[in-house]
Amino acid sequence: MREDTVILIAEDDAGHFALVKKNLWRTCVTSSFMHFRNGQEVLDFLLGKGDGPKITPNTPYVLLLDIRMPKVDGIEVLHQIKADPELRRIPVIMLTTTTEPTEVQRAYDAGCSFYIVKPSDYSEFMACVEHIGALLSLEGVKVPLVYPSGRTGAEQAE
Amino acid sequence: MNQDVVILIAEDDEGHFSLIRKNLVRSGIFNEVIRFTDGQEVLDFLFDKARAAEPQAYILILDTQMPKVDGVTVLERIKAHEALKRIPVVMLAADDDPHEVEHCHELGCSIYIVKPAEHDDFVDAIRKVGQFFSVVSVPRIGE
Repeated sequence: MREDTVILIAEDDAGHFALVKKNLWRTCVTSSFMHFRNGQEVLDFLLGKGDGPKITPNTPYVLLLDIRMPKVDGIEVLHQIKADPELRRIPVIMLTTTTEPTEVQRAYDAGCSFYIVKPSDYSEFMACVEHIGALLSLEGVKVPLVYPSGRTGAEQAE
Repeated sequence: MNQDVVILIAEDDEGHFSLIRKNLVRSGIFNEVIRFTDGQEVLDFLFDKARAAEPQAYILILDTQMPKVDGVTVLERIKAHEALKRIPVVMLAADDDPHEVEHCHELGCSIYIVKPAEHDDFVDAIRKVGQFFSVVSVPRIGE
């Protein structure tokens, strides 16, 4: 993964976010992280809406996406990302407490890259996040750029 | 990853295949492995399984360059299929082609990895893939 890859973390639980960030940072030190507290925040960022930060063209992004979140849930966020011709190339890893097989199927059918259940045991959760980070930080892992032409969704819509 | 997930490896290079298989085992992945040596074989297998009565979970490791049908075309056919599209597909490529990375992610690959040229780096990459697999939930097809 390139050093300028930005890891987006959509997670409403502050404790889980801190754990994910800390343990990803152990393996993906060079990447930067952005935190979103609900599904609407991450959609606003990606679609260039609202007053918050906006997506940067020509940048590789990876999204770690919780399912149970306020406002817009993770499955709906995933659907909107994968329905967008530019955003759909962003790899989305679901990181959630939901274990139901139907939810796993729904997420893969909607186009997630991987579905990972957060272990309830604290040290297993840490190890799990380290495995995610260890894979992503491999030099051979290639993440596509969004908007390689430099235009963002909001600009294209104008 | 549950023990009942079958790992499909489509890789025509014998040396690369044995390196992948051996190092998945060394990372603690003891799942059944089925090997395919060209793209047509893996398509025939999966299109047959799509009609099977028994639900089954698969994860596919797919070399991009193979005889008969190349890996990118295999990916395209799988992701266009209503039942097969949920199978996670790990692309393994010989070289770094940004257009192919983009294209494969548009088609719906899960991750795109360029095979490291150095043997030790290749071993390290596959072990990390294996450890990552151990925490991934894989859906069944046919449910």
